[in-house]
Amino acid sequence: MKCTEFLNELTNYLDGVIDAETKSELEDHLAWCHNCYVVCDTTRKTIEIYRNQELYELPDDLRGRLQAAIMSKCTAHKKSGPQKL
Amino acid sequence: MELVRRAKRGDDSAFEELVRRYDRNVFRIAQHITQNREDAEDVVQDAFLKAYGNLAQFQEQSKFYTWLVRIAVNEALMRLRRRRPERTVSLDEDVKTEDDSLPREVADWSPNPEQMYNQSELRDILTRTIQGLPPGFRTVFVLRDVEGLSTEETAQALELSIPAVKSRLLRARLQLRERLSRFFQKRANGGGEKSSGDGDQ
Repeated sequence: MKCTEFLNELTNYLDGVIDAETKSELEDHLAWCHNCYVVCDTTRKTIEIYRNQELYELPDDLRGRLQAAIMSKCTAHKKSGPQKL
Repeated sequence: MELVRRAKRGDDSAFEELVRRYDRNVFRIAQHITQNREDAEDVVQDAFLKAYGNLAQFQEQSKFYTWLVRIAVNEALMRLRRRRPERTVSLDEDVKTEDDSLPREVADWSPNPEQMYNQSELRDILTRTIQGLPPGFRTVFVLRDVEGLSTEETAQALELSIPAVKSRLLRARLQLRERLSRFFQKRANGGGEKSSGDGDQ
């Protein structure tokens, strides 16, 4: 397997949606190709770090204001009859 | 789905529960796409209002959340276009296809970046880095890897084919990895000084 073929399968490999034969070929490649091993490992870390850090959390005070605004507009919409929003 | 059925029958407390269940997700997605907090707040409001006004049309063939994300993504892209009329903003934009995702930085990250940087430094690096991705890549990465939608749900929410989602996801992941490597290797190699603007290239 060439490095470019490995890269093409990387997303399926990381997501675990790959057949056993291809998985074994990829792992054989990883065993000897240090560059692909690093790319695979740091790509996995990239995904984990974005998942763990939860950028852009909605602060509680803003959340409360948004929920109140949404529900009051919904009520107004209901009262004024069905219109395209 | 029970909440959705109750909301469809006019039970506003059920709809309010749906808002509470998904507002954080919609806000995150909206801010990732628009990169602007005020726009993200507007997207949250408008997406839920549109969902409320169009609940009768929701067919229940897909999950409510996927349907809501689709509305929110469209609202967010509309705002991004409004703010950047000079740039093409589309999920279908043809980003360079040759070599744009081939790895160049192949040194490992060690120690773990989460131990190397304090929380606010790390968040700053992650934010700037993801902002540098084209919107079409950023959106797929956020839906799949941050929000945890499946490939099929992401395709449905973005009205893209499954191969298109997979291709964008691979390139988004590789580009993010490449950009983050510039920060994380530098520090690991003893450079200490953090460059600025890498995320904007």
